Amino acid sequence: MNDVQNQPILAVENLTTSFHTRDGWKPVIRDISFHIDAGETLAIVGESGSGKSVTALSTMRLLPRDKSRIEGRILLEGRDLLKISEAEMRAVRGGDIGMIFQEPMTSLNPVFTIGNQLAEALVLHRSMSWREAEAEALRLMERVRIPAAKDRLHEYPHKFSGGMRQRVMIAMALACRPKLLIADEPTTALDVTIQAEILLLIRELQKEENMAVLFITHDMGVVAEVADRTLVVFRGDMVESGETGRIFANPTQPYTKALLASIPRLGSMGDARGPRRFPEVDLTTGIASEGLEMVRTSPETKPVVSVSNLSIRFDLPHGRIHAVENVSFQLHPGETLALVGESGCGKSTTGRAIMRLQKPTKGNIFIGDKDIADISGQELRRLRRSAQMIFQDPFASLNPRIKIGDAIKEPMLSHRLMSRSEAKDRVATLLSQVGLSPDMAERFPHEFSGGQRQRISIARALALSPQVIVADEAVSALDVSVKAQVSNLLLDLQAEHDLAYLFISHDMSVVERISHRVAVMYFGEIVEIGPRAAIFDNPQHPYTQRLIAAVPIPDPSRRAIMQPADSPEIRSPVRPMDYVHPTRQYREVSPGHMVQLDDHVGAA
Amino acid sequence: MNRVVRAFAKRLFGMLIVLLIVATLVFIIVRVTPGDPAAVMLGSDATPADIAQLRERLGLDAPLIVQYGHFMLGLLKGDLGHSIFLNQSVGQALLARAEPTFFLTLFSILIASAIALPVGILSAVKRGTIFDQIVVTLTMVAASVPSFWLGLILIQVFAVQLGWFPASGYGGPATPFLDRLGHLVLPAVALGVVNSALITRFTRAAMLDVLGDDYVRTARAKGANERRVVLKHAFRNALVPIITVIGLSIAMLVAGAVVTETVFGLPGVGNLVVSAVLRRDYPVIQGTLLVVAAIYVLINFIVDMLYVVADPRVRL
Amino acid sequence: MISRFLVTIRPLLRNRAVVIGMIILTTVVLAAILAPLITPYAPNKLSIVNKLLPPSAGHWFGTDEFGRDILSRAIYAGRISLLVSLGVVILSTILGVILGVAAGFFPRLDTPISRLLDAMMSFPDILLAIALVAALGPSLVTVIIALGITYAPRLARIVRGSTLVLREMPYIEAAVTLGLPTRQLLLRHVLLNLASPILVQATFVFASAMLAEASLSFLGVGVSTDMPTWGTMLASGREYMNNAPWLMLFPGLAIVFSVLSLQLLGDGLRDLVDPRLTKER
Repeated sequence: MNDVQNQPILAVENLTTSFHTRDGWKPVIRDISFHIDAGETLAIVGESGSGKSVTALSTMRLLPRDKSRIEGRILLEGRDLLKISEAEMRAVRGGDIGMIFQEPMTSLNPVFTIGNQLAEALVLHRSMSWREAEAEALRLMERVRIPAAKDRLHEYPHKFSGGMRQRVMIAMALACRPKLLIADEPTTALDVTIQAEILLLIRELQKEENMAVLFITHDMGVVAEVADRTLVVFRGDMVESGETGRIFANPTQPYTKALLASIPRLGSMGDARGPRRFPEVDLTTGIASEGLEMVRTSPETKPVVSVSNLSIRFDLPHGRIHAVENVSFQLHPGETLALVGESGCGKSTTGRAIMRLQKPTKGNIFIGDKDIADISGQELRRLRRSAQMIFQDPFASLNPRIKIGDAIKEPMLSHRLMSRSEAKDRVATLLSQVGLSPDMAERFPHEFSGGQRQRISIARALALSPQVIVADEAVSALDVSVKAQVSNLLLDLQAEHDLAYLFISHDMSVVERISHRVAVMYFGEIVEIGPRAAIFDNPQHPYTQRLIAAVPIPDPSRRAIMQPADSPEIRSPVRPMDYVHPTRQYREVSPGHMVQLDDHVGAA
Repeated sequence: MNRVVRAFAKRLFGMLIVLLIVATLVFIIVRVTPGDPAAVMLGSDATPADIAQLRERLGLDAPLIVQYGHFMLGLLKGDLGHSIFLNQSVGQALLARAEPTFFLTLFSILIASAIALPVGILSAVKRGTIFDQIVVTLTMVAASVPSFWLGLILIQVFAVQLGWFPASGYGGPATPFLDRLGHLVLPAVALGVVNSALITRFTRAAMLDVLGDDYVRTARAKGANERRVVLKHAFRNALVPIITVIGLSIAMLVAGAVVTETVFGLPGVGNLVVSAVLRRDYPVIQGTLLVVAAIYVLINFIVDMLYVVADPRVRL
Repeated sequence: MISRFLVTIRPLLRNRAVVIGMIILTTVVLAAILAPLITPYAPNKLSIVNKLLPPSAGHWFGTDEFGRDILSRAIYAGRISLLVSLGVVILSTILGVILGVAAGFFPRLDTPISRLLDAMMSFPDILLAIALVAALGPSLVTVIIALGITYAPRLARIVRGSTLVLREMPYIEAAVTLGLPTRQLLLRHVLLNLASPILVQATFVFASAMLAEASLSFLGVGVSTDMPTWGTMLASGREYMNNAPWLMLFPGLAIVFSVLSLQLLGDGLRDLVDPRLTKER
């Protein structure tokens, strides 16, 4: 074997990237080294701020030149990319190295057709004419399995779903048969079933082309699924690297141990019947305590929320969206009902209807013994006290101009529940209940991290002593370790206050951990509902089965268990104005476990 | 195609509603005159008989709602009323003065865009450089200069001192067309330069906005050169806000034309309205306001339709 | 308290444009307030023997056709200009905020208000102001009303847009679900967060109002008063332009510098406030 064959496709040596800030040059990644061989996948994994994306952008030299400085060596088949001219680098970008990004919705240019954007890469690198390039673009679209490629070639990106756009991005990245594909969180913005398909597609194309793949992600489940070798980064430093199997089985560094311990894993519930806390991890040693099972204290009582035949429709100029259709469920004190499903399935709309941020089209929503579906004004304002909400984005859910103490105090004073001084004491109590220090009351939201802000939102929600909390993707935007802590907090508060949670989430692993019952929504309807164990261990509806199968398992030894479902392209949720929704039949599988009989899932 | 037709119909309806409100506002503005408009128009020397006669001629005797109906019916027939001093219908008066105003506005917008687009794009691409800082400073200064003052300076330098262009006037119908247009060079430069400031700043901001977008990064990752990234991928996306501001600045140019025409002694619509105000010729003020606003609404309509062409996502 | 204030405005002081703008504006405002104390001559004092004198030690900016001191007149003219513009800003901000918040927060009012704003925006600003002044008669108050109405839609548009964005923010929705009364919701949560965009836009309206006031008085349809304004000084100075260019130069520069100071201030404030511009990667 000669040297060239031995040479890795990409070798990065002592890569340090600094950004220009007001206080001078500040390194964001330090001394990163790795290599990738042909046909191999290396995953760089880390939480937000770890510098994993900067590593990818440095390799492509895509960082703004005047504001960043890259040191070290980046060898593509032995050629140092940091030493070549910008013109030579342009031939490398899109030619030798293809790249796909996290945001499929914004990564395509909205004003050019898909065909035009695909063809552009070919015209640039393979000196094809536009006509030849367009013919090749069609072949590329077929290769990434975009249905009806011929018709869609001349469509604009906004007509494509997220998954389809990511396929287009992959086609574009692979147009010139690159030696290396850099995938920067390519599936993070996608639903889990779509994620499975995209990962499978990347793997297949990699095999065909014998490509090297640099895979950037925060998701250990995805790492276990795709990576041959793994590099763990933390705040700009390499923590640990090695064979993926070895990293998962025998992590040597405390940070890696902590990271692995705090990931929610599907199927880790054992015999537990109720929810189970996440293990608490000591960040310096990486030792994890066992997550305790929560024991439900209150006996079954009458429901605190009772939704029956809820329908919500939105009229558009050219049709009607049936966002929620005939949804019924009950929620008891001290109970967590998870509402799961993929984007657009109506789970958030249902939650917003219970908060009356959205007026229902039909149906009843009883909170206690009062139907809130149709009330307004003063009466609604009074009833709002019993139900509160926690939102997904911790950075947008607090008013940036109001001190957090005042924000928590405001509802108590406004409802005249207590005097100012009593309210002040209660703010202190609430802050310590959510694990913050009472003297933080005087600070403004921007002084807190994402996890802390989510704790503040929880404290604010608790201020009115509600019976129900609607948590809309409340932990989804948080880093793994923070996600575990905030989830544990929710569990503790539930036990303490006998709170009922409607836990809206797309994340099946978290849902399995913290809910008592689960309702699966698909296209505005509940297709299956039942006790958590029944849904996860004995899913009956084909959609539930698909959803669970698609979740990546953070265990390399169980790779390929994740099944890319053979799902049709997402149907249009818009129906004609005169559409009458069919009535559905349900079957009781076991006590409390209901499944919809009509299988409308496969039908496009 | 369907998308474009639907968009056209919807915007056409919106435009008609706005025109209706415009006409109503004009009616209200002229009728808010404190006291008797007839008395105000004729001044303090008028006899009660004169006033009564004018009241009748203007239809001020009738109840307000009848006057309003009369006014709107007249508009539908294209009747803008009759000037009190010019012995001419308002329509005729406007038509007779349309030419210099039209060409003045057209030339200024061309001058403004010709300066603003390249400079704005370049300034955004070279953000933070000396060039960018000079552009930002200059646009700020230009936006602070009253166009009539700049006009006076141009007259002083290029007409009085250098004698390159006529200082004022426009010539009559007998003057050759090109000679007439020669009278417009200085006023058009004065207006165009001042207005280029706004368009430059907007172009720069719009370009900066899109240059940070994800698809621009995608284009770079594809290996496209900077020229292609800027002119194809970014500029096409910045086009919608840029079209908006050019449409908007037409209204500002018309406002500027009112004053600039006075400075350069151009017998245009601006001159007409200023002398009408000084003589309290209400029908002329009313008619001019209405026609100018209607033209602006029409331009806006065209701009809206351009959006539909420029951005495939725009619906409705 | 004072140190708190300094901390809040520190980023402002770091912005060169803002600092220069503030220095010029403060000078103009102080000069206008202290006019009787600092002007070397009374603004209307005639002295035919001294007519059309070029700038000299005795008359820094020269004299006009009646021998009046241009520097003194230009300083006094600043009073009218600032007074009118301030009035315009206050009036148009009040109107603009009411219309904008109403349109942005109450969906039912959005279409009628937006159409009204569309209609008002279709009148070129000077033209609308001229027509209103013609209808109301030329006085300080009517000029303020006319320009205030003219510029209200600009503020209303900005406020409406920001309110629409705000209304979708989770923290506003959270305030709704906490059962806060509508008044508190609007005042504490919506208006408080609108303060910055309103401040920025108001600064630009201030600048536009100054230019418009100058135009109106140049055309002879502005504030009718014995006191000089920059516009009337330019209008009467025009005739002597060939022999005495200083009659044109100094009032014009006064306008340019005053307007420029506001533009600098507005631009700097916007850079600090607008998160879109700080999204730099």
